[in-house]
Formats: sequence, structure tokens, C-alpha cells
Amino acid sequence: MATQQTQVLGRALLTPAVALLFIWMIVPLAMTIYFSTLHYSLLDSEAWSFVGLENFRYFLTDPAFLTALRNTLVLVGSVLAITILLGTPLALLLDQQVVGRSIIRLMVIAPFFVMPTVSALVWKNLLMHPVSGLFAWVATLVGTTPIDWFNDVPLFSVILIVAWQWLPFATLILLTALQSQDEEQKEAAEMDGASALSTFIYLTLPHLARPITVVILIETIFLLTVFAEIFVTTGGGPGLATTNIAFLIYTQALVQYDVGNASAGGLVAVVIANIVAFFLVRIVGRNLEA
Amino acid sequence: MLNAIREVTVKHVLSALLGAATLLGAAPSVAQTTLTIATVNNGDMIRMQALTNDFTAKNPDITVKWVTLEENVLRQRVTTDIATKGGQFDVLTIGTYEVPIWAKKNWLVPLDNLGADYDAADLLPKIRDAVSVSGKLYAAPFYGESSMVMYRTDLFQKAGLTMPENPTWDFVIDAANKLTDKSGGVYGICLRGKAGWGENMAFLTAMSNSFGARWFDEKWQPQFDKPEWKKTLSTYVDLMKAAGPPGASSNGFNENLALFNSGKCAMWIDATVAASFVTNPKDSKVADKVGFALAPNAGLGKNANWLWAWNLAIPAGSKKTAAAEKFIAWATSKDYTKLVASKEGWANVPPGTRTSLYQNPEYLKVAPFAKLTLASIDAADPNKPSVQPVPYVGVQYAAIPEFQGIGTAVGQQFSAALAGSSTVDAALAAAQTATEREMKRAGYIK
Repeated sequence: MATQQTQVLGRALLTPAVALLFIWMIVPLAMTIYFSTLHYSLLDSEAWSFVGLENFRYFLTDPAFLTALRNTLVLVGSVLAITILLGTPLALLLDQQVVGRSIIRLMVIAPFFVMPTVSALVWKNLLMHPVSGLFAWVATLVGTTPIDWFNDVPLFSVILIVAWQWLPFATLILLTALQSQDEEQKEAAEMDGASALSTFIYLTLPHLARPITVVILIETIFLLTVFAEIFVTTGGGPGLATTNIAFLIYTQALVQYDVGNASAGGLVAVVIANIVAFFLVRIVGRNLEA
Repeated sequence: MLNAIREVTVKHVLSALLGAATLLGAAPSVAQTTLTIATVNNGDMIRMQALTNDFTAKNPDITVKWVTLEENVLRQRVTTDIATKGGQFDVLTIGTYEVPIWAKKNWLVPLDNLGADYDAADLLPKIRDAVSVSGKLYAAPFYGESSMVMYRTDLFQKAGLTMPENPTWDFVIDAANKLTDKSGGVYGICLRGKAGWGENMAFLTAMSNSFGARWFDEKWQPQFDKPEWKKTLSTYVDLMKAAGPPGASSNGFNENLALFNSGKCAMWIDATVAASFVTNPKDSKVADKVGFALAPNAGLGKNANWLWAWNLAIPAGSKKTAAAEKFIAWATSKDYTKLVASKEGWANVPPGTRTSLYQNPEYLKVAPFAKLTLASIDAADPNKPSVQPVPYVGVQYAAIPEFQGIGTAVGQQFSAALAGSSTVDAALAAAQTATEREMKRAGYIK
């Protein structure tokens, strides 16, 4: 049991680390807040002026903002749905005893280790290209017109690429969870004559609830900031069809060199991420407490 | 973006290693000046990098460190560096868009001391204008380009068509429709569609000039609600829908180059530097069947061709100005042209900067496109881009700091119109609103 003395000592020893982490967090955040209240464009760096909340007003009234927000939510939602709905059966399959299981697992997990820029390039030029891509070739073999992916269904194409990357992550987490499932429980269920389906619904799924929560939370954190895939394939277009909040901020900060406006956008994104996280944790977070 | 020829080749890697090696080898000596040079990963610049040894042999007290980047990344790095006075680079590679803006902000050192051999009078007048502000040279052009029509002589012959040297849009549209054979995989015309101020907007702005449109009136009011822009955009969209390749809204320079080289385009309007690639049998399947013509006009006295040059400049505040001037003088001199010619042949020298190159019989012999390149560069006028008066400088851009952002936003709208996810009218209206908003914020429109 900790005496008062050791408690004080423990706090004193922790202080440097906590202080460092705090500074690490607060300095960039404070600077972002400070910049967001300035009219500060790199290309016009002589003219700094305090403009209060003008940058926020400008960013939030941007005609692109609502579209970007909607795209962000659609992207996150669809990728989450695809990775979990496909990841669960994939994990179940990978959990079976088959020949070459370790190789198969390795292959399934591989996409996660491909850099986002590289996989986006491969998808764009080798698979989805309407003239020279593999899908176009297959389509002509079957005798249909090739789909012009990034033209006709741009957001769906990006979702497909991102889902392909994150599916292995979901599968991996769910697979490790499956491996920790109690075998005896399953055997008992089998002896009681439970069908495979009801074993899945009443035993496996509840067992997977927690890892699914973890997958949703971690993926959401990363999916809210998807950038490379959009930058490489569509550049946010055509029009604004694939512009998400992260990409919109990029165009403000680096295409227009408007530091003030981009900082304001960054803070808006932080607020949005917090709102999304709040609701997600409320909806699925109960699983973590049990 | 403009002529971004991404050559991620072994050569590239080798030259990077070579650069690293020279740096290591030079480390022990003391009185060395190290120049850090930021440049684009285009073929001509990578060649320059490989020839660095010639420069360091002549100037043993200078070592050179290269930072070679893709065009967009380079622009971001260089702009943020110069705007925050970071001082990372001693020599910058910048486009004609940046030169007048930066010179007016006193971010660049005027190049008065390039030596007697430099011969500034030999620079092509249009290119020299583009990199000068009130008569002073602020950057030395490394290579220059305009745009022109490249077309397949065999397909034209088969269809019984003759390309005039100065075609009209009506002729080009008619020919494109006749030459399109979608089942045979041949498209009448390939044009840029990928959004970006230096991608589709470079082409479309140049095209709009030929239709009498302009970006801003004299009071900086955007002009996308005017009939000239509507005519430009609807002509472009209709033409591409009828005679363009699928997926055109994501095609930039490189994508179109690949399409043309594999024989899928009957016509292509793009940078004049592409001429040396499409006539090179190593890369192009149609090398011996390519003809050239001026970019089309609509009978208003302006052709749809742009003007661009990559230039070397020195950031203000650099402490190594003297060494940097030496390097720039070396890289943009006539001797450098000869050096490249002796090592790689005349076809590979950096084009579009000097009059003397276009009078050199050896160059004219290997470059069948030289005459039209020169004519195209001469036909572009950055100071008077449109038929109507404009308050800005620049043919396919307006040289104001805000243009990159605005141009890219407008480019996205037009790309959407091409993709069919938006109509021409909606795209123009959105472009008008976005531009007006930004111009008001920047204080141009009171």
C-alpha cells in the first residue's frame, strides 16, 4: 500500500514526463489557436492582422465545407461497415485449420503494410484505369463497357481502396480475438445441438463485441484524416466529389498558403473528430466497461 | 502539372548518389562554399544534375547539393521557405508564375552579374519579358515552352485531311470527330482534364484567351459569367465527350503523353517540350508519324497557346550570392547547351530559351519541331494575354499570389463538368462564386 511519502515521490518522479507530454500537446495547439485568429497568408507575410473569428466564419461558410463534411462521414461510415462486415467472416475463415494457414494469413494481412500512396497508385493505374486497367480488361472480355471509376463513382472508388487497406487490420484484430475464445464453450454448445449459426450469434458475436469496438475506434481515428489516397487518385475531384475535411484543409494551407484559414479549419476538424468520437464511444463504448 | 515529366529512373537514383558522393568527397577541405539547389524532377533538370561535375571541376571551391522534388512538392517547399525566410536554398527553380510576384516582393536577387558570356540579348524576347520586372532580369530561364498541336500525319492522310499550320477550332473539332474510332481505340483529341491550376486550367485558360475570354476585368471582377467563358467551356466539354478518351477528367500531361505515344490519340494539344518525347522512337510507337501545328484560334487574333519557363533564381538574403550567380551562369549559358549536345546529342538540349539555338543548323536537323516551337513561343504574350484588357500578367495564369488556390478550385469545377457530375452552367456559376469570394477576401474587390 502506498504511503503518503511514496505517493508524493511518485508524483514528483512522474512530473517531468507529464510536463513534457503536456508541453508537447499544448504548444502546437496554442499556436494553432493563435494563428486561427490572424489574417496570415504566407504569400502576403508582411500583412499580419488580428481578425478574431473571421477565419472560422470564412471556413464554415465555404461552399465546399458541407460537401467535405458529408464526404468525410460517408467515407468513415462506409469503410467501417465494409471492414467489419467482411472482416468478421474473414477472421472466422482464417481461424479454421487449413493447409498453409500461416501463408494465407500473411497474404491477407499484407495490404495493411503497403504504403497508402503506393496502393493508391496501383489501384489507380493498374486496376481501375478505364483504358489500361485490369478491371477495364475484364469488362471488355465480358463484353461490357469499362467503368470509368474515378470519373463516374469517385467517392466509391476511394472507399474501395481505403477499405482494402483497412480490411486486414479489422481481420487481424478479430482473428486474435477469435483465438482467445473458449473452446470448451463451443464444444458444449455443439453437444447441446446448437447450429453453427446460433453458435455464431450467441457465442462468437458477443465475444467479438469488444474487439469490434476497438476496431471501430482506432479506424475512425485514422479514417477521419484519410489524405494520401485522395491526393494520389482524384485530387479531391471531380468537382468536390472526393474532398474530405482533411483534403479541404490541405488545399487551404498548402495550395493557398493561407495559414490563418487552415488553422481555423484544423480546429474545426478537431471539434468534428471529438463529436464523432463522443457519439461512437456512447454507442459502442458500453462494451468496454462490461 | 505543367510538363511534369516524372522520370523516376535508374539515372535519377544514380545522379542522386553521385551528388551524395561529391558531397562526401568534398567534406574535408575547408574554404568550400556549398550551394543547395532546389529543382524539379524533370528530365532536363536531372540531366543538369548529372553534369554537375563539369561545374565543380571549373569551380573547385564550390560544392553543390541537390534537392530534387516533384513539381508540386517543390513549389510548396520553396514557397514556404522563401515566405518564412527559412534560407534552406541558395538557388531556386521557379516558374514564370512566381518570378514577377516574388520579384515585386523583393524576395529575389536581380541577376545583374551573370558575366559577359551570358549574353542576355540572346534570350528569346518573350521568355526574357516573362522573367523580368521593369527591365531587370530576376531569374535565368533554364528551358522554356509554349503549347501546340501534335497530330498523327498517318491518320490525317487516311482520312483525307490536311492540317493547316495555323488551324481554327472549327477545323480541329471537325477533324477530331472524323478521326475518332472508339471501337478501334483511337480518340480524335486528347486534352488535359485533371484539376489543377497548372493542369487543366493551363490549357483552358489558354483556350479561353483564343475565344476572347479573360479571368478578370480591369476591376478584378471575375468573368466566368460572361458568354466567352461559356463558349470556351461548352466547346471543350462537347469536344471531349464526342472525341476524347474515357477518363479524361483525370488525365494530365503524363497521362496524355502515354496515350499519344501508344497511338491512341489523333491530336494532342500540350507543351512544346512533349514534341521531343513523341518523336523519340525509344518511347513512342508513333515517332515517325507526328506533325505539328500552332495551337488553334477562333479567328480573334489569339491562339490557344501558353508560355512557361522553368528558371533559376537566387533568394534575397542568401549569403552565397556570388557562388550562386556562377552556378546559374553555368547552367543557363550557351556553353551548357553545347556540353549537353556533346554528351547526349542535340535533341536533348534544354529548348526554348535562346535565339541562337533556333539558328543552329545541327539543332534544326534533329528537331523537326523547332520551327513551330519558336513560332508558338513568339505567339504568346504574357503582357497582353487576352483580346480584352486585363489587369494581370500571364497567359495561362494570372500572376497574383491568390491564383494557385483560385485556379485549382476553378479547375475542380471544370473537371467536374468534364466528368459529367456537373453541368457547364453550374460549373461556371460555382467558379464565379468561389473566385469572387476569394478575391473579396484578398482585398482586390472593394
